[in-house]
Amino acid sequence: MKMELIQPFINAADAVLAQGLQCSMSIGNLSMEAEAYRRKGIAALIWVTGDIEGRIILDLAPETAVRVASKFAGAELPETDALVRETVFELANQVIGNAVTVLNNEGFHFRVHPPVLHTSEHGPKSSEDTEALVICFETGIGDVFMNIALRYGQSHHSAAVGQ
Amino acid sequence: MEQFVPVKRSKDGQPVRYLVVDDSVFARKNLARMIETFGGQLCGEAGDGMTAITEYDRTNPDIVLMDITMPQMEGIEAAEKIVQKHPDARVVMVSSVGYQENIVAALQRGARHFVQKPVKPEVLYEVIKYVMGDDGTVASAAGAGD
Repeated sequence: MKMELIQPFINAADAVLAQGLQCSMSIGNLSMEAEAYRRKGIAALIWVTGDIEGRIILDLAPETAVRVASKFAGAELPETDALVRETVFELANQVIGNAVTVLNNEGFHFRVHPPVLHTSEHGPKSSEDTEALVICFETGIGDVFMNIALRYGQSHHSAAVGQ
Repeated sequence: MEQFVPVKRSKDGQPVRYLVVDDSVFARKNLARMIETFGGQLCGEAGDGMTAITEYDRTNPDIVLMDITMPQMEGIEAAEKIVQKHPDARVVMVSSVGYQENIVAALQRGARHFVQKPVKPEVLYEVIKYVMGDDGTVASAAGAGD
């Protein structure tokens, strides 16, 4: 997987989480996974298609998701509150939106699909083309996992061949 | 959350009234909290572009904060329809997707400004003051530090 595709997502997650959570943060474990993704808790899955294809999963353990959502809401929320899931979705939207902005300004065009709740225990299996990178962002209120599996899309290949 | 010097309407000194449009409840709540710190008043909410148009007609807000990617009707199209019907409408796009084409499209179709998510309160506050222009007034500096 090309690092040039991944880096904007790492930068965006770093910026969005740091601003939103207002706490210290560092990048912890970084690993490649060819096997199906095992969900940690509340996970938002976003597909992208176009010059770049694949999916990004933002995943928080249930107790971390509650702490994050409570921090944003300014009040303690129960784990069952719909706002907890909403918060994870919106965080994923912001991370992907910011990364897409950077990539789009670099000439990549693609469509971002609305986030869906990733409910199964095992995620979409990676292939050799879409081996996933799993990044753990260690924040003061818990770990946030981002799983990225991206590759150049057909339209990008066609454009490159035509040049 | 930081408190700001309230922005009021020049014509009557009343709080600026906001319509917040976003399909994310979380995002709407977040913006509503910021509006409170600006001394504003939330007069309506909508989760999609279609509802935004009817809510605009119903509430006649001073400012619309509009997301772009939404179900049924996207924010740029909704902004265009609102501005076509109400040429004085002040629509500020608020989106995580802030690439040039999106910004230009929004401005060409009637939006007054663009703010990228995650929204920084101090940035949105400045944009609100700018967009309100002479129709908005900031409380005197004497009251600011009280």
